[in-house]
Amino acid sequence: MKRLAYFPGCAMKDQARPDEAGTLHALALLGYEIAEIPRWNCCGTVYSLAQDDLMRHVGPVRNLLRVQGMGEKRVLALCAMCYGTLARSARFVQEPERLARINAFLDTEEDFRGGIGVVHLLTLLRDEVGYEKLPSHVKQSLNGLKVATYYGCMLLRPREFAVDDPDRPEVMERVLEALGAVPVPFPERTECCGAYLTVGRKDIVEERVGRILRSARGGGADLVVTTCPLCQFNLTERRPPEAPPLPVLYLGQVLGWAFGADEPTIAALLVGQPTPGEPVSSGGAR
Amino acid sequence: MASELDLSRDRLDAPFARRVEELSGENPYACYQCGKCSAGCPFADYMDALPNQVLRLVQLGDESALALSAPWVCASCLACAVRCPKGVDIAKTMEALRILALRKGISPAPAGIDRPYPQIALVGAYRKLTP
Repeated sequence: MKRLAYFPGCAMKDQARPDEAGTLHALALLGYEIAEIPRWNCCGTVYSLAQDDLMRHVGPVRNLLRVQGMGEKRVLALCAMCYGTLARSARFVQEPERLARINAFLDTEEDFRGGIGVVHLLTLLRDEVGYEKLPSHVKQSLNGLKVATYYGCMLLRPREFAVDDPDRPEVMERVLEALGAVPVPFPERTECCGAYLTVGRKDIVEERVGRILRSARGGGADLVVTTCPLCQFNLTERRPPEAPPLPVLYLGQVLGWAFGADEPTIAALLVGQPTPGEPVSSGGAR
Repeated sequence: MASELDLSRDRLDAPFARRVEELSGENPYACYQCGKCSAGCPFADYMDALPNQVLRLVQLGDESALALSAPWVCASCLACAVRCPKGVDIAKTMEALRILALRKGISPAPAGIDRPYPQIALVGAYRKLTP
C-alpha cells in the first residue's frame, strides 16, 4: 500500500460525500492507503490574487503545515477549488520573505518549510496509476454511457497549475473511457459556470449554466461529470427551466460505481436528479 | 507646421496605475488593447466596461475604474489570463480594483443573497466581496 495524505475540504464531508466515498473505494483498490490530514481547516475556496494580502494564505498554509507534520511530501485533493487554492498558495509562499512573514504570523511550534506538493485525483490517475490499470478494476462497466466532461476553471487555470492542456484537456475523457464511458464533444467544458457569483448574481449563473448544459446535451450526453462541488451545485440548483436536466455527477462517484462501490452511498447525490443510465438523449421521462 | 504628437509614456505613468500594478503584480502597460480578453470573457455581457476597457482606464490613471461594476462581475475564471498574448493576468488587475474599492469604501459589490447556496460559494463570496 502506498500512503497518501488527503485533504478533504468542506464539500467532501457535506454535499460531495458520494465523491469522497467513491474515490476512497477506488483508491484503496488501486493500492493507496489514504491518510486524512488531522485538524484540517477551510482551504479558503478562492485564491487571493492580491500581492499584499498574505493573510488570505493562512488557511491553505495551515493545511500544508499539517501535511508536513505527518511527514508527507504531498497531499491529495479531490475538490477542484481546494486543489487550486492549496497548490497556488503552496507556490506563493515558497518565496523566502513571504514564508518568513507567514511563519511569524502563524506562530506554530514548527515552522512551515514549504516544498509540499498538491496533487489532484485526475493527475494521480494519469501519471501514477496509469489509465491502462483502470479497466482491470472495473466491476460494472459504464457500458457506452455518454458523458460530458465538465472541467470548469480551477483544474485548468492558471496555466502553471493546470492538470492538463488548458485549451484541449483530455485527462478526464481518458479516465472515463477506461471505465467504459464514451466522452461526447462538449465545447463549453472549460467555460466558467459563474462560481461564487451564485451567492449574489444568480441571474448570471443561470445564463451560464443553461449554455453549458445545452452544449453538453448538444453533444449527446446522458450525464455531466465534474470534480468541482461548486460547479455541481450550480449545474443542478441554478439550472434554468428551459435547459436540459442532465444529471451532474462527481468523478469519484462514477469511478467508485464502476469499481463496484456500495451503490446507496454512491447514489446518495442523485436524489432529485434524473437517473443515470436512463438516456436523456433518447427522451426519457423528465 | 504640423503640431507635434506627444507619445511620451510619462503622461500615462499615473500613481493610480502604479498602485494597481503594485497590488496585482501585473504591469498594465504591457496591454496593447487587442481585446482578446473581452472576446473570450464569459461575463462580458454583464459588465459596464469590457475587460480591455477596464485595463485602458487603469493605463490612463483614471480612478473612475473603481466605481465600475465590471470587477464585481468578474468571477476570476482566468479565461482572459490564459489567452492574453502579452501574458497579462487581467483577473489580478480586477482583484486589485476590487481591493482598492473595498479599502476606500466605495464598493459596488452585489449586496443581495440568492438562496440556497453551498458553503463553498458563501466562503468564496465573502473572501472576494469583503475587505
